[in-house]
Amino acid sequence: MSSELMAIEAARRLRNDTVCFVGIGLPSTAANLARATHAPDCVLIYESGTIGAKPTELPLSIGDGELADTADAVVSVPEMFAYWLQGGRIDVGFLGAAQIDRHGNLNSTVIGPYDSPTVRLPGGGGAPEIATSVRDVFVMLNQTPRTFVERLDFCTSVGDRVRVVVTDLGVLEPQDGELTLTQVHPGVRVDDVRAATGWELRVADDVRETTTASEDELRALRALRTKGDA
Amino acid sequence: MAEIVSLADAISALVRDGDTVALEGFTHLIPHAAGHELIRQRRRNLALIRMTPDVVYDQLIGAGCARSLTFSWGGNPGVGSLHRLRDAVENGWPRPLELNEHSHAGMAAAWAAGASNLPFGVLRGYRGTDLPAPATVTCPFTGEELAAVRAHRPDVGIVHAQRADRQGNVQLWGILGVQKETVLASARALVTVEELVDELEPRPGAIVLPHWVIDTVAVVPGGAHPSYAHGYYDRDNDFYKRWDQISRDRDTFTRWLDEHVYSAVAA
Repeated sequence: MSSELMAIEAARRLRNDTVCFVGIGLPSTAANLARATHAPDCVLIYESGTIGAKPTELPLSIGDGELADTADAVVSVPEMFAYWLQGGRIDVGFLGAAQIDRHGNLNSTVIGPYDSPTVRLPGGGGAPEIATSVRDVFVMLNQTPRTFVERLDFCTSVGDRVRVVVTDLGVLEPQDGELTLTQVHPGVRVDDVRAATGWELRVADDVRETTTASEDELRALRALRTKGDA
Repeated sequence: MAEIVSLADAISALVRDGDTVALEGFTHLIPHAAGHELIRQRRRNLALIRMTPDVVYDQLIGAGCARSLTFSWGGNPGVGSLHRLRDAVENGWPRPLELNEHSHAGMAAAWAAGASNLPFGVLRGYRGTDLPAPATVTCPFTGEELAAVRAHRPDVGIVHAQRADRQGNVQLWGILGVQKETVLASARALVTVEELVDELEPRPGAIVLPHWVIDTVAVVPGGAHPSYAHGYYDRDNDFYKRWDQISRDRDTFTRWLDEHVYSAVAA
């Protein structure tokens, strides 16, 4: 399943000494998978104020009680954003979005005009400052022409610290300030990725194929169940 | 000393039509019962503030209580969009809703400033976004230009907590969100609690809000449900998922409101 490989590919990029700011969904899956496999000491910070959370199953929300129970420290939300995020203590921040452009700018606010939107999305939350305060931004998104757009309807967060975009089709990384296809997942052709991109996609000279998920990775991933599904 | 009264009396005494009201809770200790009491007492034209408006704000907005919403993330955590919020913004139902949109860091700074009795909060934020540009200030020491956000100073701040003693000192633990800031920044503060105890025994990570910064305490067991109260009950994840269906359609929502809020007896 492509979402499994997305989580696995993102997890592979986290190191044992990485401090990462995690949101719910695939980022949380990826970070917990890293912790369950090659990076047991990877520090997970959820914006609800839990530092060093070690959940045994995937939380449904960033504020689930188990995050606080297993954390090294629980801090207030103003402290989280001021001392820890703005303070420059975080290596990797994960972001998702409804739209991305070729520079890694993201929209999670509205589709259509702001004052009369076609779709009012939940909004940026922590994204604007995560995007400018962590060292490396990791983006996880499904790749379609509706999501990978020539022009954002709204810029929620800027892309200058986006280091990698992991999609259901492959991996994009910035080269000279533009997201460039550097990896395709097994069974995906470069042309498939081009067709799923709303701009003229730049492709690296040496596109490689993503390493297939190992049995260990899959076993660890499937052992992380979402609480609400239990 | 904080007065200890029923929830219905507390809302009736503290909240007026047109007030700026914050019911805070960062996924934990969300004061759902107090929100339902606002709906039951048919408060109107409220200017609502909350970092993460979720299900109870969806209910307040769908019930027609709000004229504006100041926020940074409005969704059903782990599930998706808030359909009543979307209907108000996209179609003006049941009335148009003015949005004052921020980032989390900006909202958090505005709460800290309000609690500190400062006129604004300062942060390195909002760079490059299309969010309504905040004002800026220049650092007098380095010349750096920083974002400035107006302090939150609601008429009424409402939070839920685990317990209070008979004087109205309130103790809470687990994820603390902006509970303390909300109480300190607000002109009038109401705290709903799970239980009243003779003595607040110390707990790891717990904070105490002294009775003299709180106007009113109401004892409402289960008052955070479907959110949770750490050490008392878990988050009802199933309800959050069901809300997606209940809230999608105006009629289903209205029936839910009639059955579970208007005809329910006040706590």
